[in-house]
Amino acid sequence: MIHTSHLVKQFGSFKAVDEINLEIGRGEIFGFLGANGAGKTTTIRMLCGLLKPSSGEIRIDNLDIIKHSEQIKHKLGYMSQKFSLYPDLKAIENLQFYAGIYRVSFEPALIRLEPILEQFGLSSSLNALTRDLPMGYKQRLSLVAALMHDPPLVFLDEPTSGVDPQARREFWQVINDLAQSGKTIIVSTHFMDEAEYCHRVIIMQDGREVALGNPAELKQEYGSANMQELFLKVLGVSDAKL
Amino acid sequence: MPSFSRIRAIAEKEVFHILRDSSTLVIIFLMPLLQLIIFGYAMNMEIRQVPLLVDDLAMNSSSRALVDAFVNTDYFQLVPKEAGTLQPDELFRERRAQATLSIPKDFGASEQRVLLRIDASDPNSAQMIQNYALGIVNSTGIQTDAGIDLRAQILYNPDLKSSFFFVPGLIALILVMVCALLTSISISREKEMGTMEQILVSPVSATEILFGKVIPYLVLGLLDALIILAVGMLLFQVPFRGDFSVFLLFTFLYVLTSLCLGLLVSTVAKTQQAAMMMALGMTLLPTLLLSGYMFPISSMPVILQKLTYIIPASYYLQIIRGIMLKGNNIAQLYQAGLSLLGMSVLMLIVAARRFKLRLS
Repeated sequence: MIHTSHLVKQFGSFKAVDEINLEIGRGEIFGFLGANGAGKTTTIRMLCGLLKPSSGEIRIDNLDIIKHSEQIKHKLGYMSQKFSLYPDLKAIENLQFYAGIYRVSFEPALIRLEPILEQFGLSSSLNALTRDLPMGYKQRLSLVAALMHDPPLVFLDEPTSGVDPQARREFWQVINDLAQSGKTIIVSTHFMDEAEYCHRVIIMQDGREVALGNPAELKQEYGSANMQELFLKVLGVSDAKL
Repeated sequence: MPSFSRIRAIAEKEVFHILRDSSTLVIIFLMPLLQLIIFGYAMNMEIRQVPLLVDDLAMNSSSRALVDAFVNTDYFQLVPKEAGTLQPDELFRERRAQATLSIPKDFGASEQRVLLRIDASDPNSAQMIQNYALGIVNSTGIQTDAGIDLRAQILYNPDLKSSFFFVPGLIALILVMVCALLTSISISREKEMGTMEQILVSPVSATEILFGKVIPYLVLGLLDALIILAVGMLLFQVPFRGDFSVFLLFTFLYVLTSLCLGLLVSTVAKTQQAAMMMALGMTLLPTLLLSGYMFPISSMPVILQKLTYIIPASYYLQIIRGIMLKGNNIAQLYQAGLSLLGMSVLMLIVAARRFKLRLS
């Protein structure tokens, strides 16, 4: 589904992403872990075409992301780190807008997403102004908006920051279901417990890959009891700075 | 090919913003009204109730007729006699009078000359006081010492009311400011809030975004033009001699040009604040100074005259003054209209090319 080789992003003299090579398969939940500034968001932005790589290659479904950007954009859904739905629109109007710019019929899309809306408890809030929704519901609405055009590939940049643990669990339940239905999910997070939900994770530091693999296998390899411990070990941090 | 349904989705969303966001409504309706009232009353270039001291040494029927002629207009107001002991110089310095009229003893008989002294520390008012005074003197039928009898016939604005001059000008000024602000803020706000990022991930093209943004504001801009026109006509009694459909057609072109200017600004400005400053900077002073709004283009240095070609308001001023005061038709205005259309298309193309579909 996603292939990158020697992916580099340079801002001036600062290398935000340095030689990242990835191979992500269909239906996979792939996690980006790392401290703030490790290069997670920059990588995700390159993968969904928002930023142009300084060098290296990205192919999505075997299509080059620069040459076939138009085609690729139809295939991906994106939920940015910063909440970016329109607060002065009703929830349903936001969804209508996203259906509109992806040119899909709104009613069928809404029917298709009904189970998720139900699971998220959003069905009854569709006519509320988006700004009046609690933070957790805003995040859920963002995810639904990113799914309006039924993309096979979904990018979620820190989707659960600022959300309580219960809501995070529910959110991950939906992510899991989406992956089960065949969608590829790329997610970044700084919650280490969330990494357990991922099929594979990459741990990044200063733009570089420091570890890549299945969470369970990585824990075994580094002899760590949990992801938090693994993370610190991999980064070579002795005390819990996070 | 731009997709109509995507443009519609963006335009519809924009309408929701407009209806729910009070700041847009303030820019659209309140700002123009305030500007019209402030500019309209503050930039009044007529003189009114000029304090005049009359020193009448003749005190005969001719001199009284002359003084009455001055008093009967709204332009002059007699200063009480007790100030008459002061020298004109002192009167002016103490701002008791702005002009004095001295009528010699034998006025009406052997003497035909009267002396008007004017405080010209404000040369514009002095010029106007002189013109009004000459007009009054002429109207009484008393001959002045100039041998030539020149009679000017003034067309379109016989009373030389300055409201005839500034109300059309204000329509041009307010429209370009408001429209440039609207589109530039609307796009930079999306950049600032991060919602643009979400649009850029989608397959929407730059042209579709720009069209989607312009269309709702085009309607709003025209509505704004009608409001300013109506209020201007009601408050300042400016005539409308032309055809209303001609006004709508050319105002549509001008609004389009102004909105496209805002789009161009938004491709440079990253924040709403920057967009606001740039949009105002590119419209307010250039329109005030270089469009022919205040100063006639023909009296500018050649370089500045060339510069007026890129000021949209310089075309619209010809149009709006032509329609309102002279009753111009399409054939008499099409060149100015085509210039506006050309500018719009050019700015739209540049904006679409400069509009970045990626983050930087």
